[in-house]
Amino acid sequence: MTAPRMSMLDPGGRQAATIASLWDVFLWVSIAVFVLVVGFYTVAAVRAVRRRRHLGDGNPLAEDPASERRMIRGVVAAGAVTVVALLALLVASIRSGSALAALEDDADALHIRITGRQWWWHIEYEHDDPRKTATTANELHIPVGRTVHLELTSSDVIHSFWVPSLHGKKDLIPGRLNRTWIRIDEPGEYRGQCAEFCGLEHAKMAITVVAERPEDFAAWLAHQREPASPPADAEALRGQQVFNGSPCVLCHAIAGTSAGGRLGPDLTHAASRTTLAAGALPNTIGNLAGWLLDPQSVKPGAHMPATSLASEDLHALLAYLEGLR
Amino acid sequence: MTPAAERELTPAELAELTDPGAELARTWTRPAGFLGWLRDIDHKAIGRRYIVTAFVFFGLGGVLALIMRLQLARPDATLVGPDLYNQIFTTHGSTMMFLFAVPVMQGFGVYLVPLLVGTRNVAFPRLNAYGYWVYLIGAVFLWVGLLTNTGPDAGWFMYVPLAGPEYGTGKRVDVWAQMVTFTELSALAVAINLIVTSLKLRAPGMALHRMPMFVWASLITSVMVVFAMPAVMLASSQLASDRLVATHFFNAAEGGDPLLWQHLFWYFAHPEVYIIFIPALGFVSSIIPAFARTQLVGYPVMVLAMVSTAFIGFGVWVHHMFATGLPQLGQSFFTAASLLIAIPTGIQMFLWLAALWRGRIRLATPMLYVLAFFFTFLIGGLTGVMVASVPLDLQVHDTFFVVAHLHYVLIGGAVFPLIGAVYYWFPKITGRMLDERAGVLSCALVFVGFQLTFFPMHQLGLDGMPRRIFTYDEATGWGPLNLLATIGAGVLGLGILVTLINVWVSRRRGAIAGSDPWLADGLEWTTSSPPPPYNYRELPTVRDRYPAWTSPPDQPVVHGLGRRRPEILITGIIDAEPDHRSELPTATLAPIAAALATGVTFIGSIFTPWAVPIGGALVTVALIVWFWPRRPHRDEMFEVSP
Repeated sequence: MTAPRMSMLDPGGRQAATIASLWDVFLWVSIAVFVLVVGFYTVAAVRAVRRRRHLGDGNPLAEDPASERRMIRGVVAAGAVTVVALLALLVASIRSGSALAALEDDADALHIRITGRQWWWHIEYEHDDPRKTATTANELHIPVGRTVHLELTSSDVIHSFWVPSLHGKKDLIPGRLNRTWIRIDEPGEYRGQCAEFCGLEHAKMAITVVAERPEDFAAWLAHQREPASPPADAEALRGQQVFNGSPCVLCHAIAGTSAGGRLGPDLTHAASRTTLAAGALPNTIGNLAGWLLDPQSVKPGAHMPATSLASEDLHALLAYLEGLR
Repeated sequence: MTPAAERELTPAELAELTDPGAELARTWTRPAGFLGWLRDIDHKAIGRRYIVTAFVFFGLGGVLALIMRLQLARPDATLVGPDLYNQIFTTHGSTMMFLFAVPVMQGFGVYLVPLLVGTRNVAFPRLNAYGYWVYLIGAVFLWVGLLTNTGPDAGWFMYVPLAGPEYGTGKRVDVWAQMVTFTELSALAVAINLIVTSLKLRAPGMALHRMPMFVWASLITSVMVVFAMPAVMLASSQLASDRLVATHFFNAAEGGDPLLWQHLFWYFAHPEVYIIFIPALGFVSSIIPAFARTQLVGYPVMVLAMVSTAFIGFGVWVHHMFATGLPQLGQSFFTAASLLIAIPTGIQMFLWLAALWRGRIRLATPMLYVLAFFFTFLIGGLTGVMVASVPLDLQVHDTFFVVAHLHYVLIGGAVFPLIGAVYYWFPKITGRMLDERAGVLSCALVFVGFQLTFFPMHQLGLDGMPRRIFTYDEATGWGPLNLLATIGAGVLGLGILVTLINVWVSRRRGAIAGSDPWLADGLEWTTSSPPPPYNYRELPTVRDRYPAWTSPPDQPVVHGLGRRRPEILITGIIDAEPDHRSELPTATLAPIAAALATGVTFIGSIFTPWAVPIGGALVTVALIVWFWPRRPHRDEMFEVSP
């Protein structure tokens, strides 16, 4: 599998493509201005240095008033060109802004709500029947070819949702509901990470966007709406007891069980996700064990406390969590 | 012969006859000893202290920058952890903005403006000294915070709620908030001084249309300070009261609004950029005539360009907030304003180009730094146009692209001309030249190191690297460009070090400068280097914009000011026609005492509200001493107006 895409110059969606073409306009205008200005400055400086060498200090007061008028005419002309160029860039920018807003009218958009937390993403796919709301974390699945309307808020500090290959940023602000619209046409994985400084682990607050064909997405979503699969064997069953008998339940929810904490990520289908701790680690059983035993070594400052478990309890707990597909 | 004429002259009278400056020197020289040093209110001493202190903090902030670059040189580095990293980048930004850039520009203003306008001191010398001491206390306070693990850690912009009472626990944010109050108080003290000095203390004949460009730059900047700093002092006081006495200005849950903070902060912080940048424009406009041996082209246009930059600078703050979800129409307005500000700056670039076009350039270090400024600032200006566009800004905002942009603008646009100004005015300030070979070497190292450090950051930002992250994963592919940036930072640091060593060595051993080593045009080059305590033996008059080039030997001077008391001449605002004599206050410990009392108030208020009434009482006592009426001078009854 190729690495997830993460560059505004490598657009995977309509919005990012609009911005990337605007970038091209600004970049080439800037290069032209840069070459012209540096060229003129170089010629002026070389001339003036030579003149000093050959003609000496000269008398700065003996300037010809006509030369000053000529100079001013040149400056006015250059200023006029600047104004025209800036106006053109302003028009290009506003047109791109309207193009970005076009998706907002799509009545068929899929609504997803994302809540920023220190330092992970809480993601909800709502449903008319609240019991069927699918809740996940740090991994946003969306169908290709359909507008997605993201409702963004935060329950602690300000975060910013940014997946460069899909769209520009939008802040998640406590007490406010922000909206952004994206649309992806090619299946694939896109990486993003929090772009507003949000405290200790701002650096480790990544989000993966998985763009899937509509039928794959529908299957994924249907599965996510289901409660957790029951423990498959005796060890996993014991693991469930360990989970429910430990502080885990205070913060984490697993649908279909008595675990209903809301402070940490929902674990109903945690094992189906590709990363742990908001992109800090690949989701493998070894990494999961390390994360459970010593979260601070992975993500110093994370709100997840260390778990002290007897070895067999830990293995049972891992077996249970690995079964939450 | 009368007996009176036959008697022997006293030594003082003899000295006065042979050297009329001696009495002036007695009047204007500070009292001797360490206490005299503390009492000093001479603008040159205060200006030097501002400049030296600011450069000390520039060095400290630079060390923090190098630590950050070492941490980011490779993926998953563990040189510093997130807690320390956050304190470091917050202190780096706060130091560079509040403790270096603004004070150093104001320090040059304090030193140069009275010399450039031909007077003996600033208008309010005690306030000037008070401003310096307040700045020093605030600056040391921030760094004591960092060194005691109480360094602010929520970014130099202190966004709430991260900096609020719930998430910004401990005293770290309070240290920042009070440091801001200190430094802004100091900035206001300087601003008021420079405004009145440049409007009322100018040499007769120096009408507004003959005022030196650096004085214009200082005046415009100071007016900006008067409008911008109260916004941030208000905001930081609201933040402090949210944190200390549980108000809810920024708490969404209680009807406050975290975005209010951002508006107030950027309403100050964007003009802050121009408060740093406009004095640099003044440096460039001072260096070019001297080293290109030409008059500036379009003087009135240049002044108007700076004035309009200052105006528009107050109308662009929302471009820091495009991602917060403000209405689109409003955003377009701020895009237009942000593009608009490129016009006056562009015009100035063309006017300088025109001056160089007809000039005769001598490639000394100040001029080299100005050329480095043109190249670097041009890039920063162009990326500034990019971030003014809402769609582009939504992508590059809060990424390393903006880190690159802001350093191109602030280092390229302000620090390069500043170092040029150091090389230009060092002979005037110390009487000795800086070493030219070391200057050229430092300029080369700084220029190359700067481009290596910051140019790659544009690409890193486009590739998705956000700001303010203490580390990154190898899979992101950001490693190689970050390593390049770190190497560049080393070269840049070396270049700065060369200049610092040059300053250290040359201030004692440099070649003797003489009064006008550059054949420059400004009034300051007509007095000795370093200038005497009274600046000019006879206050000069001025007949055009280039007094040192044009003044004939019979240019009139001002007579009639008392030499036994610190008298200055007040002139008219527009045409600088002589108006009346005025007496400045004398050296005293009151400013430093008032500053210490202010320090007790601000620092103590972090720990207990009682600090406010107690500190307030102490400040009152200091102010009573400060303003205690002077006993009439012994000579006053006898002295006849000359």
